[in-house]
Amino acid sequence: MARSSEPARSTTPGSTSGTLFSSADVARVVDRMAHQLIERAATIDPGSADGGLSDLVLVGIPTRGAPLARRLASRIEAFTGTSVDVGTADITLYRDDLRLRGVRALEPTVLPDAGIDGRLVVLIDDVLFSGRSVRAALDALRDLGRPRSVQLAVLVDRGHRELPIKADFVGKNVPTSRSQQVKVHLAETDGVDEVLVTEEVL
Amino acid sequence: MTTYLIRGARPLGSDPADILVKDGRIAAIGDSLSATGAEVIEAAGLVALPGLVDLHTHLREPGREDAETVETGSRAAALGGFTAVHAMANTDPVADTAGVVEQVWRLGQEAGLVDVVPVGAVTVGLGGGRLAELGAMADSAARVRVFSDDGHCVSDPALMRRALEYVKAFDGVVAQHAEEPRLTVGAQMHEGDRSAKLGLTGWPAAAEEAIIARDVLLAEHVGARLHVCHVSTAGSVEILRWAKSRGVQVTAEVTPHHLLLTDECAESYDPVFKVNPPLRTDADVEALRAGLADGTIDAVGTDHAPHAVEDKESEWAQARPGMLGLEQALSVVIQTMVEPGRLDWAGVADRMSVRPAVIGRLGEHGRPLAPGEPANLVLVDPSARATVDPAALASRSRNSPYAGRELPGRVVATFLRGVPTVLDGKATK
Amino acid sequence: MKRHLLEAADLDRDDATLVLDTAAQIDQALAGREVKKLPTLRGRTVVNLFYEDSTRTRISFELAAKRLSADVINFSAKGSSVSKGESLKDTALTLEAMGADAVVVRHGASGAPHRLANWVRGSVVNAGDGTHEHPTQALLDAYTIRQRLGRLEGVRVTIVGDVLHSRVARSNVGLLHTLGAEVTLVAPPTLLPVGVGSWPAEVGYDLDAVLPKSDVVMMLRVQAERMNASYFPSAREYSRRYGLDARRMTALPDDAIVMHPGPMNRGMEIAAEVADSVRSTIVEQVANGVSTRMAVLYLLLGGSQQ
Repeated sequence: MARSSEPARSTTPGSTSGTLFSSADVARVVDRMAHQLIERAATIDPGSADGGLSDLVLVGIPTRGAPLARRLASRIEAFTGTSVDVGTADITLYRDDLRLRGVRALEPTVLPDAGIDGRLVVLIDDVLFSGRSVRAALDALRDLGRPRSVQLAVLVDRGHRELPIKADFVGKNVPTSRSQQVKVHLAETDGVDEVLVTEEVL
Repeated sequence: MTTYLIRGARPLGSDPADILVKDGRIAAIGDSLSATGAEVIEAAGLVALPGLVDLHTHLREPGREDAETVETGSRAAALGGFTAVHAMANTDPVADTAGVVEQVWRLGQEAGLVDVVPVGAVTVGLGGGRLAELGAMADSAARVRVFSDDGHCVSDPALMRRALEYVKAFDGVVAQHAEEPRLTVGAQMHEGDRSAKLGLTGWPAAAEEAIIARDVLLAEHVGARLHVCHVSTAGSVEILRWAKSRGVQVTAEVTPHHLLLTDECAESYDPVFKVNPPLRTDADVEALRAGLADGTIDAVGTDHAPHAVEDKESEWAQARPGMLGLEQALSVVIQTMVEPGRLDWAGVADRMSVRPAVIGRLGEHGRPLAPGEPANLVLVDPSARATVDPAALASRSRNSPYAGRELPGRVVATFLRGVPTVLDGKATK
Repeated sequence: MKRHLLEAADLDRDDATLVLDTAAQIDQALAGREVKKLPTLRGRTVVNLFYEDSTRTRISFELAAKRLSADVINFSAKGSSVSKGESLKDTALTLEAMGADAVVVRHGASGAPHRLANWVRGSVVNAGDGTHEHPTQALLDAYTIRQRLGRLEGVRVTIVGDVLHSRVARSNVGLLHTLGAEVTLVAPPTLLPVGVGSWPAEVGYDLDAVLPKSDVVMMLRVQAERMNASYFPSAREYSRRYGLDARRMTALPDDAIVMHPGPMNRGMEIAAEVADSVRSTIVEQVANGVSTRMAVLYLLLGGSQQ
């Protein structure tokens, strides 16, 4: 793979703030993940007419997982000509850290009309950190239906897991220190596509 | 009997003078007095007033000794600068016979901190049905002159007329709790903007004013004395002013709390602010201060109403009405009347001692500070300020609406017939 | 959000909107689901302290708390220590010792929830106090109006009936005003409180004059005992002057809705054909009560103590 497919600048643990992904990097990584999802779908039901894509549901975890899921779906459609079901699952009411973090406004939970029963659900989130959001999302999914299997796709895996959770699709693994923050900005929510690493301001 | 030489007090706020108290009387007032063997009380900066007289005190004994006794109420009174208090009749049993009023009177004598003057009930059991034996109470050792069903209104106009007439025989006075009961069914607070918002049943000003208007007409018609308890509305002051201008023999009192507090207090739903008649509006407070200043309202009556904790730490509607008043009455009058310049110290003496003593026909109280007069007097430090702590009150109850408020004035000493009941701000017994 | 919900004035416009938005999201999240339960308040304890019988309000709060996985204790005054004379304060201290995270209180005395809030550390939710307020009823009403009409700003709401004794009216006047609606009160003058002029609402006595200018008509329950206290001459006269019947309903604008907090006196303040018409939101109000109360419990209890 050509070097140009790698992010423009890299940031090492303990270093100061910097841009991890530029706008162009985000687009490239999303495209690559879309291809990986297409490949995975094809393994669901080998030989099916649509490459398994009709069994695939991308469920975004708000806030930024939701637009990310929509982007992935639109890239998949661009590459294959087949549309993919997209949903969102707000996990706020499933979090186990409400006492610590305080209440927040809820975001929509929307499932495709066909539901998720018996399908391959891929949870989409921007950053994988402790794993608690994913655990909450798994709990939410359990109440929403019974998928055949559930997988996880994240734009950035920054380590420091507190639960036995592992992503199936990773845009980029980024070793970080706990004191750092990884911020994903997307045009839909923040006006710009970029991923930043910053030192947490205490 | 100890002789006291009070040095440098300001009688009624005038220039400093020495006051010699001997054998229960004021022996001399003048400059640089001396007396061998006299105990000297340095009183520079203190104001000397005749001992205060309260026309309206609830001492709760007999019946609710858990809330107050004659003794604890007497101590609270002495600490507030009082030398005589009228003990309201709504005890259990009701003070509607010579036996009960004599019992209260004797308890007061035994406590020996103030003169406890029993008020007799107007009607048997405060029931509003038939007259109690008013003459027997008047003739008793308690020598009752003030009669009241306080807590209840003598609402039957014919009965009220008869009571007013009957007590003329012994120069008595009916002290009316002016509240038309049909207009105050379930009433919880002043009826107005705030009761509408708080969802508490309103107590309309008209329920008080209607009874006062009726009663001044009755008093005029039968030529009797009428006293109106705890006037609380601007309209009542207007009616009283009109009645006095016609020569009706009517007198009236206002409570300290109605001079200071308004229905805004109810917004906390804390029943310490529940009282009957209720706290009213700013405009009413202003009219009451003006009425007291111009003499339309004759006296300050505390309506000191102790209540046990369980009767106040409850829902508003379930709580009993009433608030403590004896220990802060003078401070409230200083804050609301003296400091704004609406009443001088002679005025304070008039409204808190002279006139209430006249209304109650107490010959030994409310007298001038002059040689030969009974030594009933109080020394006040007008410059002291203190924050009210209900736990520190002498009353057995804690329902002070002034808790946490800073008020001016401190009673340094009180003398009852030449004997100090309070010295250095502490009760002597 | 404040720690307690005692009256409509505890919610500013942002808070009130947050409650309604949260309720909407909860509705959407639960729509069509078999499992209508969320783990949000697992391990929290909600006490329903009801000094008055009100099965519908109690059940609504109970369902709301249970759908959020809270532990629910129903403490009804009847047959408990309360009926044996235990004071509100002692009851409060008992609940406090049991570790109640929230106390939902219904009480016949105005201000009782305010008193309770002084004595417990948890959140107090007023489920109706005397003739004072019933803020969650106002929230569910506002939610229902917004759901039906798509907005609250500028909506003309006419509240009809016994305003004097109505906690629903007090809460609705406050909350709807906060949310930008225009409230008109219509009642016989005897059933309007002295001081109503200080409320953020128009006041009128003529229902027929107001109906054509109403997007929402909210009919209040009128209790028969008011008649005996001479608030109005007879049930028939009340119904004729202030009842909403089919004829009057035709005077409403086309998309206007009819609300009633329940329980209804059919034939008194509201005719059966009105209560059962397509304009009526009475059944929706009940359903919306649960999601609105879930939103309130979530927002009061979900977060860290501030």
